[in-house]
Amino acid sequence: MTIKDMADILSAKVLIGADKLDIPVHTACCSDLMSDVLAFVDEKTVLITGLTNPHVVRTSEMLDLKCLVFARGKIPAEDILESAEEQGLAVLATKLTAFTACGMLYEHGLRGVPVPTAWDDGEEDG
Amino acid sequence: MEALFTTQYPVAKADYVSAGKASQDIKRRLKQLGIGGDVLRRVAVASYEVELNLVIHSEGGTLTLTLYPDCVELNSVDVGPGIADVSMAMREGWSTANDEARALGFGAGMGLPNMKRNADDFSIQSELGKGTVIDMRFHLPGWQGEQT
Ligand SMILES: Nc1ncnc2c1ncn2[C@@H]1O[C@H](COP(=O)(O)OP(=O)(O)O)[C@@H](O)[C@H]1O
Ligand SMILES: [Mg+2]
Repeated sequence: MTIKDMADILSAKVLIGADKLDIPVHTACCSDLMSDVLAFVDEKTVLITGLTNPHVVRTSEMLDLKCLVFARGKIPAEDILESAEEQGLAVLATKLTAFTACGMLYEHGLRGVPVPTAWDDGEEDG
Repeated sequence: MEALFTTQYPVAKADYVSAGKASQDIKRRLKQLGIGGDVLRRVAVASYEVELNLVIHSEGGTLTLTLYPDCVELNSVDVGPGIADVSMAMREGWSTANDEARALGFGAGMGLPNMKRNADDFSIQSELGKGTVIDMRFHLPGWQGEQT
């Protein structure tokens, strides 16, 4: 799916990056733990989060992420959006909770990033 | 091999507002020099984690970036408090982060393991009451120095 498809599914507002809606999204990650994001995510992943602090955007830059989704109607402060724009991120905001947003995206075929776990049995799990 | 350049970034204790800016600068500089893709992302992730640790856990320190024709080196030195049990600190999920750091999304106890996973060479030395030194190297196969 593309960022545009995601915005439609989530009835999301496009806060930044109206010109980036055609970019494809391969996998998703939903987390408020930036270290988990830094550990597992790659640049083709969309990050769904409830955190709206500057670290979400800085973490995204470190990973070359293309798209961020803020859940539960949260809108980050203007300066945070500005740095997202500077980086070329697309930023969406949905009224849905993170749980519901993920559920709907999953229903439409989007899957999690494959992540190795501490109790790894050799199989990867999104 | 001779260093192409070296830059130092002072990192202040508990400065959550600026935390991450050194890593942002490091990533942008390396990108400008034509370093990209997987290795740049690994440098950026490790740099961010080590910088945030200076802010969250240390009394302050310095992050140093050194570029060689065949590798990127990151070095973190702080003025304390040091780590009592380094092998414990290296475990995934082990963290002493405070509530302020947790509220920002840190304190998952993944930082040191993340650095180790991302760096080609990783070493940590720590002494309680003195401080912590972390050295990381990232090989640059195929990058033959700056094009400029
Ligand atoms: N520079 C440092 N100075 C003192 N203690 C540190 C430093 N870096 C890491 N630590 C200790 O190691 C633990 C694990 O670090 P890390 O893996 O980055 O996880 P986190 O930062 O999420 O706690 C920290 O909680 C802290 O106790
Ligand atoms: Mg850490």
